[in-house]
Amino acid sequence: MPVQDIKGRPLWQRRSGRESLAHWVMWLIGVAIFAYCWQQISAATTWFFVWDAPRIANDIWTRATPPRWEYITQLGKPIWDTLNIATLGTIFALILAVPVAFLAARNTTPSRFIIRPIALLIIVSTRSINSLIWALLLIAIIGPGVFAGVIAIAIRSIGFCAKLLYEAIEEINETQVEAITATGASRWQVMAYGIVPQILPAFAGIAVFRWDINIRESTVLGLVGAGGIGLQLSSSLNVLAWPQVSLILLVILAAVVISEWVSAKVRGAII
Amino acid sequence: MSELQTLVGRPWKKPPFVQRPWLRWALLIGFVAYLIAAFMTIEVNWARVYEGLERGKQFVLAFTSPDFTSRSGDIWEGMIESIIMTVASSVVGIAISIPIALGAARNIAPLPVYLICRSIIAVSRALQEIIVAILLVAIFGFGPLAGFLTLSFATIGFLSKLLAEDIESMDRVQAEAIKASGARWTQWINYGVQPQVMPRLIGLSIYRLDINFRESAILGLVGAGGIGATLNTAFDRYEYDTAAAILLMIILIVMALEYLSGIIRERVQ
Repeated sequence: MPVQDIKGRPLWQRRSGRESLAHWVMWLIGVAIFAYCWQQISAATTWFFVWDAPRIANDIWTRATPPRWEYITQLGKPIWDTLNIATLGTIFALILAVPVAFLAARNTTPSRFIIRPIALLIIVSTRSINSLIWALLLIAIIGPGVFAGVIAIAIRSIGFCAKLLYEAIEEINETQVEAITATGASRWQVMAYGIVPQILPAFAGIAVFRWDINIRESTVLGLVGAGGIGLQLSSSLNVLAWPQVSLILLVILAAVVISEWVSAKVRGAII
Repeated sequence: MSELQTLVGRPWKKPPFVQRPWLRWALLIGFVAYLIAAFMTIEVNWARVYEGLERGKQFVLAFTSPDFTSRSGDIWEGMIESIIMTVASSVVGIAISIPIALGAARNIAPLPVYLICRSIIAVSRALQEIIVAILLVAIFGFGPLAGFLTLSFATIGFLSKLLAEDIESMDRVQAEAIKASGARWTQWINYGVQPQVMPRLIGLSIYRLDINFRESAILGLVGAGGIGATLNTAFDRYEYDTAAAILLMIILIVMALEYLSGIIRERVQ
């Protein structure tokens, strides 16, 4: 922290002259990048529509209210499908994520130089691609429907679950593992009695956390044809049935809030 | 007889997670029943799946020979648009999130401000990106502006919530020391609060940049700009080599961002 002498009085400053110059140059570059990005966005925008936006928003609002409540009788099955996609998808993801996590964790991987990078690659690639893209792909392969949704959710969740789980495995207390090893236990017994009990709470927490996220994601999978309530949303949007759209949005919101509440309760009980 | 004597000679068993047996069995049976019911509702058209396997094989093979060239114009434009949307929306989203995070921290904000900011966060978190994007495309028309607004809006909920939690758990003593020196409110925030939460803010910002990029790849599906539109067209035309090229690029950029964020977070902390 430099102290500068100004008119005979020492004055504390947070940065030295050089540091603050570098600081300002960095800000300048940042602002320039942002200005360029904004210019590109604005060049690609039809500003007439934007100025018209308040009127259109108002128009949509008057069309969408009140929601068409009687339509709710047709939403029972889609919501049930959505719930199933999320739950089954999470279960499949966990089944696949556990071995990947054990292969990726530094202390349990059989080979640090070959198998660990492969496991990490699986984690990154499944995580970086959104479930909607997975769904799009799976629909091209196995056709539209709930099944494609379940698989899409499952693949997308592998990376997330495996990443959190392998971090939990790396943070375990090694003394317990050594104690089990010292009793002459085999490799699998060490796994079952030394490692698994330590990561079980983390595992349960991750499962519930991901289930909650998957409920959110599965509500929109139908937009590309992978089953669930998103199908109703996209067909209502296609015929501009705004009262139905607003009702579906309310139902989705309720589902998200309820699942968040359930997951908070369950995680509170476990941890 | 003492407890020990009754236990001697019997093999040890792990105590069950749920102590009451009836509850344990009820939960288990209920869960299995639900799973069976859920499995029953999935209809799989195995003939269709069998037909699709060939396409699946083609897709996997496409990864060995991704086609960057034949649609390079579309890919390039889409990627640039995605990156531009990501950067602009992250900047704006973070800039808006900081005051909202200050307002949503109970140890800084008065109750009315706290409640307003918390409700903004709740609304932003409850609405999914893709649904917000659909509505914004309907209102503002097609193009990256709708995507930019969507991502900025989504950033607020994520960043403000986590930052507010960090502010709430900060060390009071330092902030009070600054206050005791006679600092104004802005100085108090700038010298007492900001240095404590800065590493967290930078870490979260980079994480959000990463998320915004991944999300920008799907906003194109509903017409909100970015690489998603190109990807969708590639799938519709069964051009798997182009789709594979786009997916590889997304994975590479996400990996690069993750690596970069690791370096930056290490330097900040």
